[in-house]
Amino acid sequence: MAVELDVFVGNTIIMSEEVYQLWLDGYTVNDAVKVRMEGGVLDEFDAKADVVLSDTMDQYRTFQMCERLLHSPTKLANQLLFQIPPHRQATLIERYYAFDDVFVREVLGKKLSKGTKKDLDDISAKTGVMLKSCRRQFDNFKRVFKVVEELKGPLVENIRQHFLLSDKLARDYAAIVFFANNRFETGKRKLQYLTFQDLAFCAGQLINNWTVGAVDNMVEDMDVDLDKEFLQELKELKVLITDKDLLDQHKSLVCTALRGKTKAFNEMEANFKNLSRGLVNIATKLTNTKDVRDFFIDLVEKFIEPCRSDHWTAADMKLYLTHYTNSAHILDTFKHQVVWDRYMGVIKSCIFKMYHD
Amino acid sequence: MPGKLKAKIVAGRHLPVMDRASDLTDAFVEVKFGNTTFKTDVYPKSLNPQWNSEWFKFEVDDEDLQDEPLQITVLDHDTYSANDAIGKVYIDIDPLLYSEAASVISGWFPIYDTIHGIRGEINVLVKVELFNDLNRFRQSSCGVKFFCTTSIPKGYRAAIVHGFVEELVVNEDPEYQWIDRIRTPRASNEARQRLIFLMSGELQRKIGLKVLEMGGNAVVGYLQCFDLEGESGLVVRAIGTACTLEKLSSGSGTHTHPNTAPASNACNSPSKDGKEPVFGEDLPSSSGPSTPFRALPTSSSSPPPFSPSKPCSRQSSSSDTDLSLTPKTGMGSGSMGKDAGPLKTLLRQQTQTALEQREFPFFTLTSFPSGFLLHVGGVVSARSVKLLDRIHNPDEPETRDAWWEEIRQEIKSHAKALGCHAVVGYSESTSICEEVCILSASGTAAILNPRYMREGCLDLGGSDQRFEDPSPSSCGFCHIPYDELNMPFPAQLTYCFHCRRQKVPDVLFTTIDLPSDAAIAGKGCFIQARLCRLKKKGQGEANATAISNQLPFMEYELHTQLMNKLKLRSMNALFGLSIQISVGENMLLGLASATGVYLTALPAPGGIQIAGKTPGDLNTEQHILNIQKRINDTIAKNKEFYEVNPPDLTEEVVGSPIPEPRLRSRLFRSHSESSDELSELDLSHGKKDAFVLEVDDTDAVEDIQSLLTDASPPKGFYSCNTETMPGIYNWTSALQMFTSVRVLRLSNANLSNQALNKVFTDLCENLLKSFYFKLRSMIPCCLSHLVFSVAVPEEDLIQVAVTAVAMTFDKDQTQDKPAEKPITKGCSEAEDQLQFSLELCTDSSSINSQSSSKNSGVPESSHLSTRAASVDYGSFADRCSTWLELLRLKAHTIRRGSVKTSRRTQSLAHSVSSLEHSSPLTDGRSRSLRSSRSFGGSSVSVVKMTPLSFLPGTRIVKYVGIINMFFIRETTSLREEGGVSGFLHSFVAEVFAMVRAHVAALGGNAVVSYSMKDCVLMENPNKNQCQCLINVSGDAVIYIRETDQEVTGSTANIRLSCTSSADGAT
Repeated sequence: MAVELDVFVGNTIIMSEEVYQLWLDGYTVNDAVKVRMEGGVLDEFDAKADVVLSDTMDQYRTFQMCERLLHSPTKLANQLLFQIPPHRQATLIERYYAFDDVFVREVLGKKLSKGTKKDLDDISAKTGVMLKSCRRQFDNFKRVFKVVEELKGPLVENIRQHFLLSDKLARDYAAIVFFANNRFETGKRKLQYLTFQDLAFCAGQLINNWTVGAVDNMVEDMDVDLDKEFLQELKELKVLITDKDLLDQHKSLVCTALRGKTKAFNEMEANFKNLSRGLVNIATKLTNTKDVRDFFIDLVEKFIEPCRSDHWTAADMKLYLTHYTNSAHILDTFKHQVVWDRYMGVIKSCIFKMYHD
Repeated sequence: MPGKLKAKIVAGRHLPVMDRASDLTDAFVEVKFGNTTFKTDVYPKSLNPQWNSEWFKFEVDDEDLQDEPLQITVLDHDTYSANDAIGKVYIDIDPLLYSEAASVISGWFPIYDTIHGIRGEINVLVKVELFNDLNRFRQSSCGVKFFCTTSIPKGYRAAIVHGFVEELVVNEDPEYQWIDRIRTPRASNEARQRLIFLMSGELQRKIGLKVLEMGGNAVVGYLQCFDLEGESGLVVRAIGTACTLEKLSSGSGTHTHPNTAPASNACNSPSKDGKEPVFGEDLPSSSGPSTPFRALPTSSSSPPPFSPSKPCSRQSSSSDTDLSLTPKTGMGSGSMGKDAGPLKTLLRQQTQTALEQREFPFFTLTSFPSGFLLHVGGVVSARSVKLLDRIHNPDEPETRDAWWEEIRQEIKSHAKALGCHAVVGYSESTSICEEVCILSASGTAAILNPRYMREGCLDLGGSDQRFEDPSPSSCGFCHIPYDELNMPFPAQLTYCFHCRRQKVPDVLFTTIDLPSDAAIAGKGCFIQARLCRLKKKGQGEANATAISNQLPFMEYELHTQLMNKLKLRSMNALFGLSIQISVGENMLLGLASATGVYLTALPAPGGIQIAGKTPGDLNTEQHILNIQKRINDTIAKNKEFYEVNPPDLTEEVVGSPIPEPRLRSRLFRSHSESSDELSELDLSHGKKDAFVLEVDDTDAVEDIQSLLTDASPPKGFYSCNTETMPGIYNWTSALQMFTSVRVLRLSNANLSNQALNKVFTDLCENLLKSFYFKLRSMIPCCLSHLVFSVAVPEEDLIQVAVTAVAMTFDKDQTQDKPAEKPITKGCSEAEDQLQFSLELCTDSSSINSQSSSKNSGVPESSHLSTRAASVDYGSFADRCSTWLELLRLKAHTIRRGSVKTSRRTQSLAHSVSSLEHSSPLTDGRSRSLRSSRSFGGSSVSVVKMTPLSFLPGTRIVKYVGIINMFFIRETTSLREEGGVSGFLHSFVAEVFAMVRAHVAALGGNAVVSYSMKDCVLMENPNKNQCQCLINVSGDAVIYIRETDQEVTGSTANIRLSCTSSADGAT
């Protein structure tokens, strides 16, 4: 008594968000049925397994047919095959492009290539995200990357327009694209404590301040790449550590400002030269692609770790960096105020974000 | 040269990649009508080509305009090899041929390929200019409107109902021609699709001609079917009801007040029997000679039971009727007032003659204007088993005609046997397996009000309507039309529990919808009887005989099941009854669906009693007691669920055999079935009491078990197969139309009838359960118009296809329904008469603005939008002009197309000014209408679909054309498409999409009376192949929301008054 065929098609798309999520998460039909049955919400309906199975199958098929359209969400609005109310369209798209932070953390900064795709089963095993879901997420990253790579104009806006995503999600994708494009190293053990949201925030800072688009919207280039001129100019900051006078002057200014305001003052004073050297060195090396990739690891190694070992609090950190940045303005021989601000502004907010356990 | 068809290919989008190398397509379009073909330029290397072609003009006969579809083929240009077809669009231009429907077809159509499905979309503009008005109706029947709706369409009034029209066209099936062996599946599918398009066009034209001959202007309840007879050919047949429809033009004048609905029981007076010589001729139960004898005494002896007040009231009201009525029909008016009897005999005779002049007094309508239906006799049905042979001469489809003729005659005689002169809710169907074909027809015998039948009765003023005894219309239709002493079948008659004047049967079965003014208790309920019978495989004559021998037994069993289930729900009437019998190679399937109701005019149903065959056996008795208890519990539970709380019937009606509380009622034989050779079947169980179920063997036990296993729907759900759910009136606007198909493979070859029944019953029950589950978010909700269709596509396969609509309703208000009902009905009728026809879709306007802004980055969209908008502006004006026409004098005979340009500008000016008068909301809406239609990158406007003739919470302002589409889909990569389920799922979705696109292109925003006539699935999983044919139909309409209409109400009223004055001037 086998059911040979069983379909149910509505004039308006019929979907439950719960089943959609199960589908997105990569559950097989049978597993999804199990989850739904265990969910218990169906008890009141006295739904037998076969009813739930049939419903799940129908929805899975619908989603599969929609998937092609979801690959270019703008099509979803003017396709004729399915009648989908606008709010449902938004849900379908938003959920389809949503991703697991644990998963994205693994591929962040990696090349979105076939090679990486082959590693997905390892990632799946490591993160507990189902392989199918990993593939979808990975393909989403790749698709978005491919589309916006060649586009002019603001990255976030481009993503939002082409994929009809919410602002938040578009920003996250911008971060992912930015990381993938610049291949920032995020996988080192020392960086493991950083969450995707930490890194996405940093990426946002970099996009908004260090790319060409950040200074001039009219420029043909877009904000996937860092502003080369700016990176060149960063070399000039070297005087802050190479010029002994300047370094001492800077130190004394900062120390004067900090004295008595923090318990960690002694450590700060002792470490000032080291820390300053660390930050300025990062800046001056950014012209090398290789060093760009190590940007985050450098930040952690050269600045965050020393501070942490000295038990700075977040407030200490804030205080220190604020004064460190501002004091440079008072140095009369230091001529690169604009570049300094542009650099330190990002560094400051990145470190604030990254300075946690 | 009566017509010029113009088509313009605007653009394409989402085309498939045809050139792997470039990932692009070099698309061009062929536009074909008849034998003329035009081509667009090749638009190279684009998936979103902008052809923006010139207007292709076809100068054609209007006959061709009706028969032929416009055929648009999108191809990929290939320099070195043959051009590859991307897909096709067939556009039925019939809606452009009558003035009140659409004036332009414009929009995005899915490009459809029978192998690949939908492959992108194409934007097309089509117009028709008809000229040479004098010859307009010569060979063609342009101008006759077709409606699938089985009631008088909203916004219209039936001036005359002319009656039954039928036609059939036959041809060879291209799939079975020799050439099919050498051509590709695609070519063969396309030949078939095109042929069927042609055939249904021709059929419609021929029916239209018949209608014109009768003097009508429309076909309502148009039902078109395909019989795929395989080797022996392809039959397209249609039936419908010819009417003269008038657009309702004034607010209150013509519209009938539901409460003063015309009297319905006048014909019910005993004197009616005086003239019943034909009565019962075909029926063994009433022998011919005795009839006149019995009839005579009846007329004199019957009156006593009536209360004295009744004749008085009838007299007074009928007096002015006589004055107004009789002169028209040329009847003597001598009998006026004095004795109601003769007058009614007269009236009846008029009707009778009016109807008898027609070959078949059949009506495909299922619901009627109030007062139309006087009495209902019961269901009449006829079936016949035929052996198919090759249709030798397609031009002379005599055999098929003769077959149907035979069946219709039988139906007619059955109706006569029930004392009725007409059959309403009439439908025909077939089931074909190899060379065997079962033809079935069924309907409801009824007596109709004569005044709708005659010409010259158009002016139904208020006075005219009260020409008969204003007896409650809530029960009139239940009163028996046949002679009480000469009943065509044994039935228990009682006096009507409502008016206490006339006799009513104990149970009433009908194929029509519940009359809107019928008095009921509680809610309705979907009732289904299912039956599966094994049959030996056979060939030819023997096989046909075997089948036809089985049929009566099947009908009998289905009937018994229905009756038991009805009792179990303590209801006493069935509406919308449809019995389908499908034949397969090794089994017969019977499925009877209906909506049960408790009619307060009919006696309360008795319970069901279980009796053991061998009394004394303690075990059995205990068992029987248990079952009896369960049955009683179920009845009580159902009573509560369906809120069946009939008014107390303590007051005894004098002279009527009031049933005892636990009456073992007798099966009312409303059927007069017959199988092949008019073999009569008495369903009355002889003298045996029908509702004592005897538990004598295991079969019976299982029967009872199955009776009890029918699960009632979960809380918050109701279901019915009629247009409206009896007992629910406060619909809210949410609705979800759906189609579901399930095919079951019987794994065990040696199943008993009993086990097979169980399988089949479970299949249907599980389907229902799964609907309830899927649609649970809509609670409180009702599944309306549940139409099941069963088939046996192959040996051991059972296919069930269901189309229905789920509609939400407001739970809180359900209590005050009966009082509310006439009022709402009255309102809706009044609203129906508004002529304000602007499409609106507040949602879509917002979507538009939203998505157009989204797309602003794409360069071509802005370019397209301006152009498309301007094009559409014209169409908008055109549409405005159609309602503006109503403002003008009707005598103004500016025909469409003749002075088109000037008229358009003129009417545009008018429309603009009228829009300015109306609220800003209207203005915005009209803008959205303009932009929503062919906006390049914009979103798709929402098209609602429903199998019902109405959309809750809305008002249909215009019918823009009939939708009648036929699609074939085939695949040779079944597994890759997700198996049969995946294949069919996408096909059904594609069919919906194509229907919606056509409706939107006609300017409509909904399809009403949608139905899926056929869903034929042939699979061959071993070869990884599958083919499916789907035929759908419906009426494309423009609706507006009730709430919106309030805003525009004032303007609409002003316009209405203009219209009525214009009418007056004509």
